Amino acid sequence: MSGVVSSEAHKPATERRTNHGRGFLIVLIAAITVVVPLLLPLTAYDLNLSMQAATYAVAVVGLTIVLGYTGQINLAQAAFFGLGAYSVALGTVSFGLPFWLALFAGIAIASIAGVVLGLTSLRLGGHYLAMVTISFQQILTLVLTNWILLTRGPDGIWGIARPIVFGFSFADGGTYLALCVGALWMVGFCVERLKHSKLGRAMQAVRDNELAAGVVGVDTYRTKVIAFTLCALLGGLGGGLFAGGFTYISPDQFSFAESVVFLTMALLGGVRSPFGTTLGAALLILLPEWLRFLKTTYLAVYGGAVILLMVFMPEGIWGLLETLRKQVWPPAVLPVGRVAPLPLITWVGRETDSAILEINHLSKHFGGLKAVDEVELSVRRNTVHALVGPNGSGKTTLLNVLSGIYKPAKGRLLFDGQDVTGLLPHERAKRGIGRTFQTVRLFTSMSVLENIIVGAERPGNEVAAGSTGVEQHALAALDFVRLTELREQTVQSLSYGHQRLAEIARALAGNPKLLLLDEPGAGLNTVEKGELVQLLKRLKVHGLTVLVIDHDMNLVEQVADRITVLNFGRRIADGPPAEVLRNPEVMAAYLGNVKTHGAP
Amino acid sequence: MGMALQLLFTGLGLGSIYALVALGFVLIYRATNVVNFAQGDFAMLGAFSMVVLCVDLELPYWLGILITLAAMLVFGALFNSAVYYPLRNRGFQPVIISTIGASILLENGVLAAYGPRPQTLPGFFSFPGFNVGPIFFDSQYLLILGVTVVMVTLQYFFFERTLLGKKMQATSQDKEMASLLGIPVALMIMLTFMYSSALGALAGILVAPILFVSVGMGSSIALKAFAASIIGGFGDVTGAIVGGLALGVVETFGAAYISVPYKDAFAFIVLVLFLLFRPQGLFGEKVAEKA
Repeated sequence: MSGVVSSEAHKPATERRTNHGRGFLIVLIAAITVVVPLLLPLTAYDLNLSMQAATYAVAVVGLTIVLGYTGQINLAQAAFFGLGAYSVALGTVSFGLPFWLALFAGIAIASIAGVVLGLTSLRLGGHYLAMVTISFQQILTLVLTNWILLTRGPDGIWGIARPIVFGFSFADGGTYLALCVGALWMVGFCVERLKHSKLGRAMQAVRDNELAAGVVGVDTYRTKVIAFTLCALLGGLGGGLFAGGFTYISPDQFSFAESVVFLTMALLGGVRSPFGTTLGAALLILLPEWLRFLKTTYLAVYGGAVILLMVFMPEGIWGLLETLRKQVWPPAVLPVGRVAPLPLITWVGRETDSAILEINHLSKHFGGLKAVDEVELSVRRNTVHALVGPNGSGKTTLLNVLSGIYKPAKGRLLFDGQDVTGLLPHERAKRGIGRTFQTVRLFTSMSVLENIIVGAERPGNEVAAGSTGVEQHALAALDFVRLTELREQTVQSLSYGHQRLAEIARALAGNPKLLLLDEPGAGLNTVEKGELVQLLKRLKVHGLTVLVIDHDMNLVEQVADRITVLNFGRRIADGPPAEVLRNPEVMAAYLGNVKTHGAP
Repeated sequence: MGMALQLLFTGLGLGSIYALVALGFVLIYRATNVVNFAQGDFAMLGAFSMVVLCVDLELPYWLGILITLAAMLVFGALFNSAVYYPLRNRGFQPVIISTIGASILLENGVLAAYGPRPQTLPGFFSFPGFNVGPIFFDSQYLLILGVTVVMVTLQYFFFERTLLGKKMQATSQDKEMASLLGIPVALMIMLTFMYSSALGALAGILVAPILFVSVGMGSSIALKAFAASIIGGFGDVTGAIVGGLALGVVETFGAAYISVPYKDAFAFIVLVLFLLFRPQGLFGEKVAEKA
């Protein structure tokens, strides 16, 4: 695309410098925390505590990915931790493997367990994963205790050695701690980077609104499985390092109670940031040492703390610090400079007359109710097609079938010449179907721009390639709906009308071949409605193919090239606006039966 | 053959307990769209309450049961106000985590108060049971089966034939619509929590004489009840009952013919098989989120 300009060129020099400055500061802090354990004469007790905190933190950072970013509940992190630990312990002690090999084996085993559990339980709602992970946790404890031949049972394993690499020994406690802290920094850095990557945005989209995520092209199932697997991987890594640190492990260190501790650490520190989860891990390792009087009741206190945290501090300590920082130093909204205009897919001059969408004998039933009944519809390229009908006439149901949210009972959908009847929402998005919802479905905890970027990252969107391209493309879409100024705001702070526009921009950024708008005018005031009509007219001028549902005949009349009328799930009229609006059956559906005969 | 029938009887008795707890799950799930992870701990509390009242304080069983059920009704209301109500508008994930927190709090609270040693509650009847052919009908198991049948029937009539029951059903189907029709939704949800809490406690009271009364008994029963409700079809009342009974039978046979130490793993294996091949369960329909 000639219109897409590298965003680096647009970024003011100051922004780049502060980013570099912050990066340097973080690397410096990281280096200091790694070097300190090498230089300071720590006591064995301090070393043990620090080692436990660092290795636990690696596992808890995994929860940032699965719970913080993706919103899925994993109650078996101690089990993955245990898989890593037992692999290192058994690998080095029973099978004589070198430490590194055993560690890799542990990471691999934990990841495989994660993939398998994720694949089986993540196709369904969030509570399935939570329950399945509890079961997995308990089964692992059963196996560790009862399979004595392999695991040595409840007695545990003694004499786990620390690694030697190229003749350099990590046997000394300080050196090994430095290794663990280094690993933690690496993990934390990668997980923080993940948040601002395409995959990370997809995860957050799934967390905020799974349905909308699918419709903009995110493969929600795959994203959740990847998140869960990464979490299991970090559990395995943390556990492997833990086993190396403590020469002795036993099954009770990896029980359900420990999974609860991991969860509490994540929630206390702030689950949405790796720094938060690390903070939580450090606090809960150190706190019990200070709060010895809690020894017998600490888990009960943790349980109570979890409820209180959810009610009063859902973002955890780190979340509070972030909010505070934003209030003290509000992030400057930098000018974006000139934004290249949004390229839209149009068919001006070619194939203008062919249909992009053909609906054949489509039916959708809910129990005995025929919400959509044998509907026929054809949307031509380069037109604005309106679908109207009274409340309950099946319009939104039809749209949900079109975008793949509902499976039709009967019928066939042809999009761009291909049969898409059996495809999932994200697969249809990939083919080029974009949509908005009747009740706005934005990714509520992300910024306006991030929302649009998720839209621009639609698979199959060839216009926005590479991450700088995506951001420019998203800005262009925001510019198209005139929301550029609000890009750094969270979507929750937007007015309702602006939220609607942002949702349209998200769909436009995906460069759809067909845009489905579900009652875009609902809930807007007169001024906002006027702006919406202008926006739709501009889309029309650009030649984008649009299928719009609305009640407002005034709006429909102004923008539609063709109107289809539904009533009780059936098509009752189809044609150009002037013709359809004069159709007596349509008037009857809207105004009640106009009686032409006198009462008998 | 005799052994198989005996195992079937035992399995159905155990399965009734899972079914009762699963019913509690399903009712709360339908009212709030959230799985209550502390549902099993309601059973644990019921069992411990019986130990305190009837063993420690030596009250008669009927009085112990009445006090326990009344206390658990109140507890359900408290649980609703502390664990569910403040988070009701924040999506399902915070509520789930909050109920997990409640489960941890309850188990470890009882642990701190009563210690880790499992307690026992003597059977409800002085006469142990009777033989019919090769099968021994244990009186406690018969009681469990009988009470389950009565509860399921009562519940059916309550939800289908009474106005309050219909209001609660309306709430579970569409909160917004129910509230527009003047049904006090928050109250209905509180009533659901109260009833589920008492139902869970009843399961705990019934099962206490055949299991050890321990802090962990709740989560162990809850896991199986959850598996049962998935096997039956999540959110489906009939499914919860059938799934519970089936799981009890599978577990009893598995323990007898395959392995005792891994007895608790069978439920999980059946659950995973269902998730893989029939995630909608025996009676469930696939439900799509409303757009």
